Amino acid sequence: MKPSVLRIGLLRGGLEIKQFMRQRESVVFTLLFPVMLLFIFGSVFKDNIAPGVTFSRYFVAGMIASGLVNTGFQQLAITIPMERDSGTLKRLRGTPMSPVSYFIGKAILVTVSMLVQVAMLLGFGLAFFGLHLPSTGERWFRFIWLVILGSICATVLGIAFASVPKSGRGASAIVSPIVIVLQFFSGVFFLFSSLPKWMQDFAALFPLKWLTLGMRSIFLPDNFAIKEVAHSWETGRTILVLVAWTIAGTLISIKTFKWSDR
Amino acid sequence: MQNAIKVRGLRKVYEDKKNGAKVAVDGIDLNVETGEIFAILGPNGAGKTTTVEILEGYRDRDAGEVSVLGFDPGDLKGQDRTWRNQIGIVLQSTSDAEDLTVAETVSHFAHYYSNPKDSEEVIAAVGLTDKTNARIRTLSGGQRRRLDVALGIVGGPKILFLDEPTTGFDPEARRTFWELIKTLQIEGTTILLTTHYLDEAEALANRVAVINNGRILEVATPANLGGRMNAKARVAWMANGRREEIFTDSPTKEVALLAKNFDGEIPELVVSRPSLEEIYLTMIGDQEVSA
Repeated sequence: MKPSVLRIGLLRGGLEIKQFMRQRESVVFTLLFPVMLLFIFGSVFKDNIAPGVTFSRYFVAGMIASGLVNTGFQQLAITIPMERDSGTLKRLRGTPMSPVSYFIGKAILVTVSMLVQVAMLLGFGLAFFGLHLPSTGERWFRFIWLVILGSICATVLGIAFASVPKSGRGASAIVSPIVIVLQFFSGVFFLFSSLPKWMQDFAALFPLKWLTLGMRSIFLPDNFAIKEVAHSWETGRTILVLVAWTIAGTLISIKTFKWSDR
Repeated sequence: MQNAIKVRGLRKVYEDKKNGAKVAVDGIDLNVETGEIFAILGPNGAGKTTTVEILEGYRDRDAGEVSVLGFDPGDLKGQDRTWRNQIGIVLQSTSDAEDLTVAETVSHFAHYYSNPKDSEEVIAAVGLTDKTNARIRTLSGGQRRRLDVALGIVGGPKILFLDEPTTGFDPEARRTFWELIKTLQIEGTTILLTTHYLDEAEALANRVAVINNGRILEVATPANLGGRMNAKARVAWMANGRREEIFTDSPTKEVALLAKNFDGEIPELVVSRPSLEEIYLTMIGDQEVSA
């Protein structure tokens, strides 16, 4: 009798979380760094950007969107090449473990670290930066599907991008700048509507801009939509972009995933 | 006896944009019998690892037939998990899972197999009981290698692949390791081992294949390799303060003659056959010249 794919996937998830918690770098960079950023930016920019809306509130919404990118895309695009380098993937490939179990384990790791991240950002946002929990059932619903869709999108793109870095060591040097540049371009650190047009157009090609917009549609007042570039929350287009990237990421992952570097 | 591994006409070519194609494996035939320890011996770059990685299902081949436990590792027809359930692989150096403990890692891997061994027993078998709860990053090179073996055998494999298992070991650790491998053979595991250590092949293997430039030069027992048992024996002794030596097919006769001449003890008598290492270097060297 073969052990079930799902059960091994759950066991791998437990193991992934155990390893994550034991690596100081991963805990600091994945979980604590965004919270530190929140405190620094949130404390510096307290000006109102609209009646009753401080920049720090705008910023928390953007940081929650970034949290999905950090725990999904950034984490996997860095750790999978490291696992490829260290022989972890090759060793696993030589066992009867199904590749599906491996990805279930990764999905569990992403889910757990994402939930912790979002909870921390929400908590500090509520306590210190004038954030309000979603005020209506409709907003909660939007928040939940945005988190789920955003996480799935970030995860498959992280797996797809994991084939790009040549070595485990180089992965962080390639992936981190991409994320940081996208954060600047996508309206996390600055008001998106105040960025140059070419930056806005560039950012609109990638999921992060749409995630930040979606999060603002949940955590900012409805009338703020008028201040957005399209004068609307563009919810339909957000779904479209995220779904398109998720499909592309999945296809690329299936085609390019490598278990060893040769 | 039945063949656990059967290889016919195996060929693998690596495309290299700069240097053109390089033939890594150039028509290899192999039979590994169930229950034997079979060593593949050869210099770096001879094609050992490529051959073994094709057998392990990591690489595809360009030509030839391969059967491992009746399966074709290059075309498992959806039977990947069934096949991998019966084999154990110990790769060359790895450095994974450094933040887990020995026990966590071994018992986790045990879950992958349908009929695993008891992880505590496996840890004891590789001599890591003292390190059961140690993080992997704190292990020495030799201890890590023993953990690699533990992960290779925890599924109770019918065939164990060992790729240069004792590189970097001190002499004592190697002997302990060899004992472990012999125990596995007694328990019925077929073992395919690559090494570039002659003494390792001699201590462990029932049969040895010497491979160079992607070709098999000879398959024989370590004692018979390169016509070792029929090679001329060297008889050396001291006479009048000078080292004398002859090479002969009949060393016993020569020694008897010498004993008569010396009327008793022959000073500093040595009778020897060429070592496996000498035979091996001659084989590799001959090929290098002819190639």
